[in-house]
Amino acid sequence: MTASLTTGQGPATDEQAAFMAALDASAPRKEEPAAAPEKTVGVPFLEKKVTLSARHVNVFYGAKQAIFDVSIDIGKHEVTAFIGPSGCGKSTFLRCFNRMNDTIDDCRVEGEIRLDGEEIYAPEVDVVPLRARVGMVFQKPNPFPKSIYENVAYGPRLHGLFSSRGELDDLVEHSLRRAGLWEEVKDRLDAPGTGLSGGQQQRLCIARAIAIQPEVILMDEPCSALDPIATAKVEELIDELRRKYTIIIVTHSMQQAARVSQRTAYFHLGRLVEVDRTDKIFTNPAHELTEAYITGRFG
Amino acid sequence: MSKKRSPIKRRAVREAVAANLERRHRRDRRLRRMGLAAIVIGLGFLAFMFVSIAVLGYGAFRQTHIRLEVNFEKAELAPDGKVDKKALAQADYQRLVKRALRERFPQVRKHRLKRQLYHLVSSGAGYRLRDLVLAHPRWVGSRRKVWLPADDDVDVWFKHHGAGARLTKAQQEWLASLQERGEMRTFFNSDFFRNGDSREPEQAGILGALVGSFYTLLVTLGLSLPLGIAAAIYLEEFAPKNRWTDFIEVNINNLAAVPSIVFGLLGLAVFLDFFGMPRSSPLVGGLVLTLMTLPTLIIAGRAALKSVPPSIREAALGLGASRMQAVFHHVLPLAMPGMLTGTIIGMAQALGETAPLLMIGMVAFIVDVPHGVLDPATVLPVQIYLWADSPERAFLEKTAAAILVLLAFLVLMNLAAIWLRRKFERRW
Repeated sequence: MTASLTTGQGPATDEQAAFMAALDASAPRKEEPAAAPEKTVGVPFLEKKVTLSARHVNVFYGAKQAIFDVSIDIGKHEVTAFIGPSGCGKSTFLRCFNRMNDTIDDCRVEGEIRLDGEEIYAPEVDVVPLRARVGMVFQKPNPFPKSIYENVAYGPRLHGLFSSRGELDDLVEHSLRRAGLWEEVKDRLDAPGTGLSGGQQQRLCIARAIAIQPEVILMDEPCSALDPIATAKVEELIDELRRKYTIIIVTHSMQQAARVSQRTAYFHLGRLVEVDRTDKIFTNPAHELTEAYITGRFG
Repeated sequence: MSKKRSPIKRRAVREAVAANLERRHRRDRRLRRMGLAAIVIGLGFLAFMFVSIAVLGYGAFRQTHIRLEVNFEKAELAPDGKVDKKALAQADYQRLVKRALRERFPQVRKHRLKRQLYHLVSSGAGYRLRDLVLAHPRWVGSRRKVWLPADDDVDVWFKHHGAGARLTKAQQEWLASLQERGEMRTFFNSDFFRNGDSREPEQAGILGALVGSFYTLLVTLGLSLPLGIAAAIYLEEFAPKNRWTDFIEVNINNLAAVPSIVFGLLGLAVFLDFFGMPRSSPLVGGLVLTLMTLPTLIIAGRAALKSVPPSIREAALGLGASRMQAVFHHVLPLAMPGMLTGTIIGMAQALGETAPLLMIGMVAFIVDVPHGVLDPATVLPVQIYLWADSPERAFLEKTAAAILVLLAFLVLMNLAAIWLRRKFERRW
């Protein structure tokens, strides 16, 4: 990944968001965008190599519905990007895949989601092994207030994935290497993880997630709190990780989606408008809402 | 964007701001001065209280003694000739004291005056002699000059240079004679920290109350810490948010504001009358104080848990930790300093509590130092209450001294809370 690709794409700051919101409120759009379609356009379903498949998923927060009848397949060992304006439900939908929504009291998920053909919302499914298979990286880097070593070792400790201290050491080193952090932290593994820079913290969180060898990694705007250089490093890492992991990334940055993903899904007001190969979405979107969004007419 | 001109002119705005500016600054200054004055007044009262208590209570840490030449006569101490521990422990030492007084003032002959003479020395002087003899058995059969504690009225007379004591003319003359010859002076009052309560002010000490407070707080801490933390964790981390938990939350907040004497009545009705637990015991006191401090502890614990960022929980859950693991591995360690601070503040509150303990009989006059949670006991604030109620003038300074001891413990506990918070506070 070269630096030139990242120019013009900074982290979405509060200021920008406020500015966009102000624009939105003060200047009524000339033309009302078309309503989201009842049926997703593009290619939501894949023939083969499907890791995750969602069918007719509805999500409710209390009485309010956040996701409307979303169906999509997530391809194995490729990066799928979820894009869309703020509040369109892409993060909510992402959190359905490892049942993180369970922690929210009045959140209810309907429909079915299968991981390698197994229904993950079946009553007998335990979320603990599910979350060991579907890792997650959050928007804000959230290392534990412990040492770098302990951060990476926590998952393996939790699930008892090693039989000796040496094995654990190897696992920690391997995970940190895969996350591209080893060279930077190998001399201070006992230093607190919270003392690293933002980008390093996020890579530490990725190392922590891959230490238990998940099949899927969910990334919820992993770069929104990072500067462009740290973002470039994380993007590079995502491209690298794709070989072994299925990745879903939620992002606000269309450039990022274009750079790292193979497929892109565009959400609008809780509906999945269009899914297709990333190059197709960005060069020749089929739906006018998608086109309006990627050309920057609203955000 | 609207193209119309704004209805307010820039110049008008600037003029209006300038016109108001001085008034606004004046108001700022006035508010600041008022705040400062409030603090100065508050601190002034506090300082006045501390100084007056310290001045009043300082005297209690010293006790007036009188030097007498005592004849440790063998015939008196061991009437049947055997000088052994048993005989020495049972001998009548008060008679030795009386004889020493008669020898010092041979001119006193009338029975009435003799009784006045005997009252110069504390009725506990005999015990002091016994302790001395038991410590030095070789003293038997010799004459020695020893310092014996004076009576409380003599103590007051000596410390306040003759003012305000209930002494007869004759007694004052004898004392003047003793003072002239340097046979009176004050010593550090170790009895104050070694004795339980007593009817005689010069023998009264706070050890009984201190030990009682210790046992009571031990019971309180042992019960309220696990209960409070468990309740806080359940309510904050596991309980579903529904009408029931709302109801419980409202009730916990209300309980924290219930007057403490009501908890005393509850203890009286439930622990004493229904369960028949021993009256006046630290066990019941601790149970009542547990009821009283639990709401405070739960509220502090929940606040501490709430202040742990949810991202930490999410990180653990996202790795496949169960809810319990997320709480015990990550959330609880981060919340612990806040919880401990809340606990210590709750304990300090319990240490200073009087009213509920009155209801369960801890206000009884108890001389013995308690040896367990089932012995009758009293606690520091109740001891203060008891002494403040006593008519003897010498109890005045005892009261103030006990307040000083109580305040010292409260300050220590609050310092511990601050220290704990500083030490274990972590950033994330």
